[in-house]
Amino acid sequence: MTNAAFATTAPTTARAEPIPVSTILPWAVFGGLMLLLTVYFVGAEEGATSLIGGSFVHEFVHDGRHLLGFPCH
Amino acid sequence: MVGNLLLRGMMVGVLAGLLAFCFAKVYGEPYVDYAIAFEEHAGHAAGAAGASEEPEIVSRATQAGVGLFAGLAIYGAAVGGLSALAFAFANGRLGRMRPRSLAALIAALGFVAVVVVPQLKYPANPPAVGSADTIMARTELFFAMLAFSVVLMVATVMLARRLAERLGDWNAATVAGLVYVGVVAVMFAALPNIEEIPAAFSPAALWNFRIASIGVQAVLYAAIGLGFGAATEYAAGRAGRPARATSAAAAR
Repeated sequence: MTNAAFATTAPTTARAEPIPVSTILPWAVFGGLMLLLTVYFVGAEEGATSLIGGSFVHEFVHDGRHLLGFPCH
Repeated sequence: MVGNLLLRGMMVGVLAGLLAFCFAKVYGEPYVDYAIAFEEHAGHAAGAAGASEEPEIVSRATQAGVGLFAGLAIYGAAVGGLSALAFAFANGRLGRMRPRSLAALIAALGFVAVVVVPQLKYPANPPAVGSADTIMARTELFFAMLAFSVVLMVATVMLARRLAERLGDWNAATVAGLVYVGVVAVMFAALPNIEEIPAAFSPAALWNFRIASIGVQAVLYAAIGLGFGAATEYAAGRAGRPARATSAAAAR
């Protein structure tokens, strides 16, 4: 009942045509992986694990890492 | 189509990172500075022989300036991009919703799953809080919590979507939300606590740091949710609905 009322009072919100999953999937896999990798570099590189060695990345994003709530050191 | 959404999300995310940087600079940095001063003081007190000064690879000014901005902007771009991918999946699959409502909903659910739930169990710590010996365990627990929380949120949305056919949107969201809260409660009780706060560390500084940390994330997610929705409706208005766009402009 509330759904029907909502639909009649909000005629502009037609259901959008979904983008097919097969179209989204390649973007989601490659884009998602790239983005998760960047989160890793901001949030975890040279903390518990280190991919490129040294501690420049850790020190450079140090304050952001703490303030974003990632375990830092 | 998806590429445009992804790019838009990342650009909105960088702008959101800029806003979060302004917030972090004013409300967060004082407590980072306090914690670093505390850390150095504790180091000196521990004895000049044992505690060797760590070499400064990046200056404090860089860490609190360019470094902080870069960290938040990159993180913002990632969150914006991932939100855009979530938007691409959800648009047209979560009932009738305008793009801006859906973008705001995704940001709100993302904020709960990525920030609120993990941070309630494992809150943000300033420098000097947390033992170096446990960084491995703390990192594993934090990311396990984060991953589980996000998967659980996705499952909750799918459950709500399935229940909506029988219960209606509101009741389905309520039931699924209760399931989510129940599982989170069990998880909180099951995972180990981490309490490594030095006795002399100012409780007020710790509290303020943690609130500032949540605040930084709140600014970021709010800016992404509202910004992405607004940008998507603006782009749709320009592309396909010139009549509505002009009438909206005339009404103003």
